[in-house]
Amino acid sequence: MTAGAALGMPTGRLELRDIAVSFPSPGDERLVALDGIDLTVEPGQVVAVIGPNGSGKSTLLRVVAGLLRPDRGTAALDGVAINEPNPRVGIVFQEPRLLPWRTTSANVAYPLELARTPIETRRARVAGLLRTVGLESVSGLIPSQLSGGMRQRAAVARTLALEPRVLLLDEPFSALDELTRERLNRELLALAADRAATLLVVTHSVQEAIFLADRVIVLSARPGRIVADIAVPLARPRVLGDLDAAVVSETAHEIRRNLGEPGGLGASGEVAA
Amino acid sequence: MTLATAARSSARRVPAWLAAALAFGGFVLAWKALVVAAGYPPYILPSPELVGARFVTAWAEGTIAPHALRTLVEIGLGFGIGATLAVVVGYALARLPLAERLLSPYLVAAQAMPILALAPLLALWFGPGITSKVVICALIVFFPVAIATMVGIRAVDRGLLELAASFRATRWQVVRTLEIPAALPSIFGGLRVGVTLAVVGALVGEWVGTDRGLGLLINLARGSLFDIPLLFATLLTIALLGVVLYGLVVLVERTLVGAR
Repeated sequence: MTAGAALGMPTGRLELRDIAVSFPSPGDERLVALDGIDLTVEPGQVVAVIGPNGSGKSTLLRVVAGLLRPDRGTAALDGVAINEPNPRVGIVFQEPRLLPWRTTSANVAYPLELARTPIETRRARVAGLLRTVGLESVSGLIPSQLSGGMRQRAAVARTLALEPRVLLLDEPFSALDELTRERLNRELLALAADRAATLLVVTHSVQEAIFLADRVIVLSARPGRIVADIAVPLARPRVLGDLDAAVVSETAHEIRRNLGEPGGLGASGEVAA
Repeated sequence: MTLATAARSSARRVPAWLAAALAFGGFVLAWKALVVAAGYPPYILPSPELVGARFVTAWAEGTIAPHALRTLVEIGLGFGIGATLAVVVGYALARLPLAERLLSPYLVAAQAMPILALAPLLALWFGPGITSKVVICALIVFFPVAIATMVGIRAVDRGLLELAASFRATRWQVVRTLEIPAALPSIFGGLRVGVTLAVVGALVGEWVGTDRGLGLLINLARGSLFDIPLLFATLLTIALLGVVLYGLVVLVERTLVGAR
């Protein structure tokens, strides 16, 4: 528990300072995935990270999750450096990654089991989470019996089991159809708002970024650098109809311009320099 | 469901046991026909009903039981010890590159050596008692189970390993809750091969010299007793033992691996 939490201040402040990550490549030179990433995310803020393939979006999440040590720079949560996975930082991967031999409830219970949570606490919390994500009726089924949307809900519930203050999502619903994706995005925002959790979401959809986030971070192609930090001028709670607002198309245009693409959502005829 | 698929699925489902029974009946009939047509004497090829009758009397009189029990104990111990060691070594081969580089040449060489050629040496070292048979069984079971375990552990989804890491799972928790369950289907593939080889191992061990066991009974039936129907009844016992043990492994596999 940090001093901030003890004083009742909201927690979940992320600070990334000058982060660089590189990987070994077949040649002599290392592949630089991220370079000089500086980013501060305030508690409860929702930040979307968008960028072309190979811009290191997923790598950035792995650094914040403590799964990858950067070559340079530091990531910190509420002033404490993140050097290894931390129960206060939860990550939802692009694929559900459910254990195929476990039932839905046993999958959601998995992190609690690993953390040696007492069985009564575990049961109560799993039941609550399954209710929250609407999977009570399929708690006894195994992943192969679930739909894609149900699997990803189970994955979200599992990540929430350790009650993280920061939630990292790596294109979590990208494999789902558009209608399911929109619904899950809405539910995700409600979940995050309930828990006042900080959200860092990687996406490759401009619309999704605008719908979800307070701020959209645009990364450049490899090596990934922050090229823009764009505020989304939409009030909360949001509804899908908000995406038709004029400010949205301006924001989208600005994001696309920074991504190096011509034109915005409704800005036909305009071409970025 | 259309008529065609209904007909096909019922054709496939109902007579599964019936087909097996018919095949067995066909085999027995062909055997009988061969005996009658060629006129073989019982000391070359006894008729199926003679073997059946001898099988029943030999079990009823207690001729086979003590030998079958001894062979079963040898198989049980050898399979248990061999398979357990093989899972441990298979895991090491999968996860420790140094272990693989150091051990695999010896493993392959040991596997290439016919167990029949090693058996006399092992009998010399471990004596004519049960120990040498257990060792031979364990040796013959080891390779297929170790390789199946190695392949299964290597195939564990990296995404799941990363997931466990994100929840701060300890090394042992990863082994217990993730790697072994994920590799079970593959490990059982090795165990199925291993259990049938264990029967072979026990018989080979007994062949070199023993005071009891189905291998001894074969030698007695062929030699001093000159009871060829008993020899066939013993062969039938060995075959049944193999089928039952294999079935047991499949049963455990179904319980543990289930539907997935």
